[in-house]
Amino acid sequence: MTAHLTWNLVEDIRLLLQFPFMVNALRAGTIVAVVAGAIGYFMVLRRESFAGHTLALIGFPGAAGATWLGVNESLGFFGFCVAGALVIAMVPAGRSSERSAVIGTVQAFALACGLLFVSLYHGYLTGLNDLLFGTIIGISETQVLILLVAGALALAALAVIARPLLFASVDADVARARGVRVRLVGALFLLLLGVAAAGTSQVTGTLLVFALLVAPAATAVRLTANPLAGVTLSVVIAVLVTWLGEGVAYFSPYPIGFWVTTFAFAFFLLASGYRRFAC
Amino acid sequence: MLSQPFMQHALLAGTAVAVLSGIVGYFVVLRAQLFAGDALSHVAYTGALAALAAGVDLRLGLFAATIGVGVILGLLGGRGSTDDVVIGTTFAWVLGLGVFFLALFTTRHAAGNSTASVTVLFGSIFGISASAATTAAVIAASLVVVVLLMARPLLFASLDPAVAAARGVPVRLLGPVFLGVVGASAAEASQVVGALLLFGLLAAPPAAAQRLTDQPWRALALSAGLATAAVWLGLTLAYAVPTLPPSFAMLAVSTSIYAAAAITRSARGRDRTPRPCG
Repeated sequence: MTAHLTWNLVEDIRLLLQFPFMVNALRAGTIVAVVAGAIGYFMVLRRESFAGHTLALIGFPGAAGATWLGVNESLGFFGFCVAGALVIAMVPAGRSSERSAVIGTVQAFALACGLLFVSLYHGYLTGLNDLLFGTIIGISETQVLILLVAGALALAALAVIARPLLFASVDADVARARGVRVRLVGALFLLLLGVAAAGTSQVTGTLLVFALLVAPAATAVRLTANPLAGVTLSVVIAVLVTWLGEGVAYFSPYPIGFWVTTFAFAFFLLASGYRRFAC
Repeated sequence: MLSQPFMQHALLAGTAVAVLSGIVGYFVVLRAQLFAGDALSHVAYTGALAALAAGVDLRLGLFAATIGVGVILGLLGGRGSTDDVVIGTTFAWVLGLGVFFLALFTTRHAAGNSTASVTVLFGSIFGISASAATTAAVIAASLVVVVLLMARPLLFASLDPAVAAARGVPVRLLGPVFLGVVGASAAEASQVVGALLLFGLLAAPPAAAQRLTDQPWRALALSAGLATAAVWLGLTLAYAVPTLPPSFAMLAVSTSIYAAAAITRSARGRDRTPRPCG
C-alpha cells in the first residue's frame, strides 16, 4: 500500500476513504462486526465456541465450491454455514464428548472438501490465502448488500429469541421446566451462528472469524455481568476492532487478519488484567 | 504402486502417524479436549510459518510451537473444555500472527510464494522425502511408547479425576504432559494430512472406535487400526485417481468410517436400554 500515515488524523481519514474498495470494506466490516458482536456474546455464554469455529471453517468449502462452480461467493458462504449448522443441531447435545467428536469430524471433512474444490478449480494458489485469512480489497457493492440483508435478518431473529435463549443458556433445566423449548431455541441459535460466521468469514477470512466472534464477547463478559450491557459492549468492541484493524491494514504492508486479531486480543488482555486488579 | 519411492515414503510416514493419532486421539475424545486439539492444529500453522520466515527447518517451528502451547494450555486450563473462551481468543491471535509471518515470508522470498502456506495447511504427503519420512516414523514410534506407558493412569484420570487423584495418580501433572504429547502429535499429523485436517485422524477414528466398543483397551487398538486403514485406503485412492488430493482422500475415508460406525451403532442401539447420560 502506498499511503503513508501522518499525524494529521483528518488527512489520514481522507486518505483512507479515497478509494471505493476501502469504503466498501469499512461498510462490510461494520455490518459484520455488529452481527458478530451480538451473536458472539450468546455463543460465549452458551460455551459453543467449538461449534462456532467449525461453522466458520465450513464457510471455506462453501466459498471454494462457489468459485469452482462460478456462482456468487456469498451464496456459498451462507449456504454451507447454514447447512453445517443444521447438521450440528441434529446431534443431540447429550454427551459432550460425542457431540464434540461429531463437530470435529464435520470440521475436518468440510475443510477437506474445500481443498478438493480448490484443486478442482485450477486457480490453485492465488485466492486461497485471501479466502482463509481475509483481504480488504475485493468486497463488492452486491456483497455489502447481501451482508446487510443477512445481518439485519439475523439480528431481528436474535431479538425475537433473545429472552428464551438467554434463559436456556443460563439454566437449561429451569428453562425447560418453565416451558421454554430448549432444543428448538438451541437449534435456531446455531442457525444464527452460522449466518454470523458466514458473514464474518467474508471480511476476516475463514480462519480468523474468532477475532470478531469470540474475543469481543469474551472481553465484554469479563467487564460486565449484565446481559444487555454485555451485548452492547461486545458490539462496540467488535466495531472498534474492525475499524482499527482495517484502518491500520490499509496503511501497513501486513494483512488485515493479523491486525484485527491483534487488536481483539489486546482488548481481551486489557479486560482480563483490569478484572484481576480491580476485584 | 508399492514400487514407487514416493509411495513408500508416504506409507511409512502415514502409517506411523496414523497409529499415533489413533491412540492419542482416543484420549483426546475421551477427555473432551477436542477444542484444545483444534487450537493446537492452528498453532502448528503459525509455528511452521514462523520457522520459514526465520529461515530454519519448518519442523523445528512446528514442534516447538505445538508442544509449547500444549503444555501451556494444560497448565492453564486443567481440562481443555473448561475455559474454551480463553483458548478461542488466544488461538485466534496466534493464527493472526501466522498470517503476519506469512506476509513476512512472502515479501522476503519473492520466489517462495504462498505454496508453503498451502502445504502446511493441507499437507503434501506425496512430497515427503525419505529422511523426513524416517524421522516422522521414529518420532511417532517413540510418542506411541510414551502414551502407552502413561495409558493406565491417564485412562483413570480421564474417567474419574477425583477418584484418581485420591488414589495417588498425579492428575495435575498428567494434564500438561498429555497436552504436550497432543501437541507433538499435531505437529506429526500436520506433515501427513496438514494442520487444518488434523481431526480427520485425531477425531474421526477414535470417535468411530468409541461408538463400536465400550471396552477402553479394545477401543484404543481399534482406533489406531481405523486410522491406519483410513491412511492406507486414502493413499491408494489418491494414487488410483490422481485428481483427488491425498489429504482429501484420507479424510473422506476416515469420515466414511465414522459415519458407518455411527449408523451401525444407532441401528444396534435401538434394542438396548439407553445408557445414562453424563
